[in-house]
Amino acid sequence: MHELTRKLLAVVAAGVLLTPVTSLAAGPSIPLDRANNDVRNVASLQRGAQLYMNFCLGCHSAQFMRWNRIARDLQLTEEQVMNNLMFTGESIHDTMQIAMPGGDAEVWFGKMPPDLSLIARSRGTDYLYTFLRTFYVDENGNSNNKVLEMTSMPHVLWELQGLQRAVYDDNGDWTGFEQLRAGSMSPEEYDRAVRDLVNFLDYVGEPIQVERQRIGTMVIAFLLIFLVLSWLYKREVWRDVK
Amino acid sequence: MSATQPEVSRKLGAAGRLNEWVNARFPLQKLLAEHITEYYASKNLNFWYGFGVLSMFVLVIMIVSGIFLTMSYKPSATEAFASVEYIMRDVEYGWLIRYIHSTGASAFFVVVYLHMFRALLYGSYKKPRELVWILGMLIYLALMAEAFFGYMLPWGQMSYWGAQVIISLFGALPLIGEPLVEWIRGDFFISDITLNRFFALHVIALPLVLVFLVVLHIIALHEVGSSSPDGVEIKENKDARGVPVDGVAFHPYHTYKDVVYITIFLILFSLVVFFAPTAGGFFLETANFDPADPLVTPEAIHPVWYFTPFYAILRAVPDKLGGVILMGAAVMVLFFLPWLDRCKVKSIRYRGWQYKVALGLFAVSFVVLGWLGLMPATGFYLILTQIFTVIYFAFFLFMPIYTSMEKTKPVPERVVYHA
Repeated sequence: MHELTRKLLAVVAAGVLLTPVTSLAAGPSIPLDRANNDVRNVASLQRGAQLYMNFCLGCHSAQFMRWNRIARDLQLTEEQVMNNLMFTGESIHDTMQIAMPGGDAEVWFGKMPPDLSLIARSRGTDYLYTFLRTFYVDENGNSNNKVLEMTSMPHVLWELQGLQRAVYDDNGDWTGFEQLRAGSMSPEEYDRAVRDLVNFLDYVGEPIQVERQRIGTMVIAFLLIFLVLSWLYKREVWRDVK
Repeated sequence: MSATQPEVSRKLGAAGRLNEWVNARFPLQKLLAEHITEYYASKNLNFWYGFGVLSMFVLVIMIVSGIFLTMSYKPSATEAFASVEYIMRDVEYGWLIRYIHSTGASAFFVVVYLHMFRALLYGSYKKPRELVWILGMLIYLALMAEAFFGYMLPWGQMSYWGAQVIISLFGALPLIGEPLVEWIRGDFFISDITLNRFFALHVIALPLVLVFLVVLHIIALHEVGSSSPDGVEIKENKDARGVPVDGVAFHPYHTYKDVVYITIFLILFSLVVFFAPTAGGFFLETANFDPADPLVTPEAIHPVWYFTPFYAILRAVPDKLGGVILMGAAVMVLFFLPWLDRCKVKSIRYRGWQYKVALGLFAVSFVVLGWLGLMPATGFYLILTQIFTVIYFAFFLFMPIYTSMEKTKPVPERVVYHA
C-alpha cells in the first residue's frame, strides 16, 4: 500500500476510531474574549480595512475578496480604494493577492501565511479578537501567543500595542500581562483597533451577510402573510367536511 | 351516439379539444383522477402526515438548487473549494442558492426522520403497507448516500476527512476490505479522482435513483391507500359511489392543507437560510471553511448531525469490524419492522403501554446517540453510548415479545374527526 495512504489511515484509525476525537472543545488553550463586533458599522469596517492593508496584506492574501466589492460595501469610491488601500497597482476588479513569493514565506516563517478570506468563519471572531491581543514576549525573548502557543506569526501589531510579558501565579497559572514597552495606542484604543480589524475579517468571510438578513426579513414577512391567506383558504375548502 | 360525437367536440374550446386529443393518446385524466382528484385519504390526518409531502418538496428544492449550483461548481481538487466561494461571492444570488442547498440537506433529514417517526406512531408500516415501508427505507439509504457524496464536494477539511473516515470503514471488512476501499476511492488516497466520481454519483446517479424510488413509493402507497392516525382503513367503509365515507379527495382538501404545511416549513427554512445558515456549525461545519489539506488532520472529525446516531453506534464497540457491522445493522434492522411488530393494532392511540414505553425509549436513544456522536467516545461518553446503543437495538430485538404482550384498546369503526 502507498506510504502516504498508510500514514493517513493510521492517523484516522488512531485518532478517530480507536481513541476517538479528543473533543470539540480542543482548540484555543485559554477562554476567548467576546469580539462584539458589528458588521453593520461601516466606519469600523473602513478602519479595519485600513489596518488590514497596512499590517496584514503584506503576508496574508484574501484571494476571494474583490477590491471593487470592498469599495461598494464599505461605501467608498473606487478611487478612494485605489488611492488609500491598494498599494501594488492591481486592477480594482482583482482579488486581494500578496506580492510575497510562497517560497520566501516558507523560509521566513516556516510555513505559508494562510489566506484570510474565510478565517473568521473557520476560527470565529472571538478567536481572532483574543489571538491578536494575546501576543507576548516569552522568557526566551521570543514572540509567543496565548491562544496559539508557538505560533509562527510574529506580533505585527506591536507598534500599536507595545510589548507585554505573561504573568503567572505561584502555581504557574497564567493570570494576565504586564506591559514592557508602551505602544502608540492605549490598551482601550488597541482593543478597539483589533475589534475593527476582526470586524473587517468577519465581513470578508461573508460579504453578503448584512444584505442576506435584510432580504430574509422581507421573505419572512411575505411568508407570514401568505401563511394567514393559505390557512384561511384551507379553512374555506374544508368547511364542507363534516 | 356516434352521430352526435363530432357535434360535441365542435362545441369545445381549444383547451378542451387539446385535452381530448391528449387523453385519446395518454391517460392524463385517468392519472390525475387516480392520484390527485379521486385519491381519497382519511379526513383526520394530522400534522404528522405533512412530512411526506414536505420530503417531496425538499427533494424538488434540492434538485432545482442543485442544477444551478452545478452551473458554477468545478469538480476538481484544485478548483472545487474556490468555485464554491466564487458561487458565494461572485455569482448573482449564488449565496442564496448555496445556502438553500446546504440547509436543504439538513432539512431533508429533519422531515424524513419525522416522516419515519410518523410511521412508528401510527403503524404505517403494517400490512398492507409493508412494501411502502421497504421502498421508503430504500429511499432513506439512497438519501444517506446522496448526502455523503454531496458533503465531499465543497472540498473543505471536513469534506475530505469525513469522507476519509467513512470510506476507510469498508477497509474493516475481511479480505476484500483494502481492495474495496481502493476501488471506491479510485486512488490510493482521496484525490481528484474520488471527487470527480462522487460528483457524478451526487448529481446524476443518486438523484435518478431517488426520484425513481419516490415514484415507486407513491404508486405503492396509492395502491393500498394512506394510513390514518386511528389505524382505521377508510377503504373498508365506502358509500354507494364507492367513495370511502371517511376519506376526502387529495385535491382540493389535502393539497390546500399541504400548502399551509409547506408555508410553515418555508418560514422555518428561511429563518435558517437567511439568519443562521451555518446553524451554529451543525449544518455547515466551521472546519469546512478551511480548504481540504491531506497533511493536516482537523481537531475533531465527525459526520454531519444526521449521521451522528449511527456514528455513535459505530464507536460503541472497541473493535472496528464489530462497530461497522453494528452500524450497518442499526440501519438494516429497520427494514424488518413490519414483521417484528406482532401487534394487530396499528395506531399508538389504541396500543398497550409496552409499545408506548418502547417507542419513547427508542426516540430518546436516537436523539441521545446523535448527541454522543459529536462527543469524544471516551470515559463517561463511551459508557452512555453503549447504554443507548443497547436500548436502540432492544427496541427491535425484543419487539416480537413485547408487542405480542400488549393489552390494546378497541379500535373504532370510523375515524375520529372533529370538524
